[in-house]
Amino acid sequence: MDTLSVLLMGFISVVLVNNLVLTKFLGICPYLGVSGRIDMAFGMGLAVTFVVTLSGTLTWMIDNWILMPLGLEVTRYVCFILVIAGAVQLVEMYIRKFFPSLYDSFGIFLPLITTNCAILGLCLFLHLWMVDHLLDAAVRSFGAGIGFTMAICIMAGIRENLNMADVPACLRGAPITLITAGLLSLAFMGFSGMIR
Amino acid sequence: MTKSNDKTALRYTQTLLAGLWRENPVFRLLLGMCPTLAVTAAVKPAFTMGCCVIFVLLCSNIIVSLMRNLLKPHLRILMFTLTIATFVTIADLFLKAYLPRMSEMLGPYVPLIIVNCIIICRAEACASKNPLLVSVIDAVGMGLGFTLTLCILAAVRELLGTGKIFEIHVMPEAFVPWAAMSMPVGAFITLGLLLGLVNKVTGKKA
Repeated sequence: MDTLSVLLMGFISVVLVNNLVLTKFLGICPYLGVSGRIDMAFGMGLAVTFVVTLSGTLTWMIDNWILMPLGLEVTRYVCFILVIAGAVQLVEMYIRKFFPSLYDSFGIFLPLITTNCAILGLCLFLHLWMVDHLLDAAVRSFGAGIGFTMAICIMAGIRENLNMADVPACLRGAPITLITAGLLSLAFMGFSGMIR
Repeated sequence: MTKSNDKTALRYTQTLLAGLWRENPVFRLLLGMCPTLAVTAAVKPAFTMGCCVIFVLLCSNIIVSLMRNLLKPHLRILMFTLTIATFVTIADLFLKAYLPRMSEMLGPYVPLIIVNCIIICRAEACASKNPLLVSVIDAVGMGLGFTLTLCILAAVRELLGTGKIFEIHVMPEAFVPWAAMSMPVGAFITLGLLLGLVNKVTGKKA
């Protein structure tokens, strides 16, 4: 296969087949917390996409070009979390300086991304899937962000309609959101035959 | 003298019990959902995960509590994360060395303890403000509460998904396993229904 189709397969695989939220259970906290309104969900999705692309690529470079040749894999987790925290800080400073209006609309979400498990999870999965090309790693990281945005926007759309539904009192809030997420993940299982 | 001793003991017991029910991290605070959903297809990995979390929570609470007076406010989250990451690395290496099959099964969810909100939440809310003993008790209570919840969820899913508990057959021969319970769908729906049940039981107070 030529490079382009490998990249395309990697992208589709991470967006639909291995969707981080619905098949790997990563980033559930913002998924439950921020999916109440569709505009906030979209903002969160964009911020995550930005950070995950940056930190996925960076950690892949550090892992493959520094840690592995030097035999320092033991420090992998510490390095990864530092890179992610640094990337979030960098993005926050950059956006505040050059796009102040965007910064205001992101608000509290930006610093919270550091503890979003989808980011660290993706960095670890890149190692697990044995991605061996920088471009492939970058495309997959971007795809993970898109997959997260898609999942959280679908959920926000459903929840806006759910507000008008008559949900039993004890299931309101988080429980019904989890059950809805279960049904969504059932739907996403239909993609699993497409690619490995 | 005895009276004040009794009071302290009562406070410690309350801190311990808070983690088990009143402030149960999963059911009441909705923290640490990712591992809760991901490793609960069977009881064994769920229990191992719980033990790892107890270990990391205990160690990080001890360290954070000991250095709470040295922390600069703007650097504290970074220090918490680095402490946690160090202990998670230790736990991960231990699992790899002594329980290699379990380590393979849990996969990336062991390193993901680093970003488990329970641990950072306890470091911030309890260990950075309280002396050593209270932090230790809090960590044990929260850790046990988390493990217990994980095991309950895993027991339901394993029983319905494979007809076994702890890999021992308990259901009658005629029982047809619900395969969906072992898949992501089962995790989301079981946790949703359990949360609903907890809300129903405690409904009057909440």
